[in-house]
Amino acid sequence: MNKEKARVEDFSLEKLRAGDRAEFALLMDVYSGVVYRLGIKMLDDPQDAEDILQETFIKAYRYLGDFDGRSSLSTWLYRIATNEALMLIRKRKNTPLSIDEQLDQDLEIEKPFQIVDWCCLPEKEMMSAEARRYMHQAVEQLSPNLRAVFVLRDIEGLSTEETSRALNLSESAVKTRLSRARMRLRELLTAYFSERMAAQGVAEAGDD
Amino acid sequence: MDHEHCHLLLNSLSDYVEGDLSEELCAEIDRHLQDCENCRIVIDTLRKTVYLYHETVEPPITPPDVKERLFARLELNEFLNSNS
Repeated sequence: MNKEKARVEDFSLEKLRAGDRAEFALLMDVYSGVVYRLGIKMLDDPQDAEDILQETFIKAYRYLGDFDGRSSLSTWLYRIATNEALMLIRKRKNTPLSIDEQLDQDLEIEKPFQIVDWCCLPEKEMMSAEARRYMHQAVEQLSPNLRAVFVLRDIEGLSTEETSRALNLSESAVKTRLSRARMRLRELLTAYFSERMAAQGVAEAGDD
Repeated sequence: MDHEHCHLLLNSLSDYVEGDLSEELCAEIDRHLQDCENCRIVIDTLRKTVYLYHETVEPPITPPDVKERLFARLELNEFLNSNS
């Protein structure tokens, strides 16, 4: 993912601002992959991800003149894409989770509930197709605000500073939300992997 | 998870895992971890969680049909294959 990040800063801002279509096409070529991936992680729906992808580049094309260059071009694109994703989530949302509940999830320090050491599971088991699907679904269970921070930091590999610029949040808020998100995911993964461990234990006992 | 030190740990967990804490606080947590099995498990599984997500990031690939429609929407079809 760092390769794309490095490459995007090679674009000529001058050309882009002047409306150079070939240069913009190159920007899309390099950056469509990460924007699409962000959409999939944020909304878990290929059609929504495609909408986010198109809207992001339409807005980027329209507002390039306003881009002040204070953040990097890639952070700016991430900012547009994440805003699009959060707006679409708000539009799509028919989940029963109330605003208060969501605030609780964002602000409260979640006490670890499940204490099971599943670190000893074989790596093959932890990275199986089924485990990956479960991990993906776990991200979808985060509140949109936590999900946005987690996706930018731990999936897209942005720094705390870049994430704070992309989301217009303080760096300390980014850290707090990342911590909540990771703890929540730890909890969800523990539920899943401790079951896998139990299943494996049963299988091993059966082998004797 | 009820002693005072466990709370201290929870509050600083992310910074601890990222190696962002002051030496003093870090040492205090390390000491706590030596005799709190529960906190040690939480830390280990938290680290493993982050590691697993990092290791399983999919490559950033746009499906060809999605990309085609993107370039068409921006009226940039003529550049679609010239870059790749």
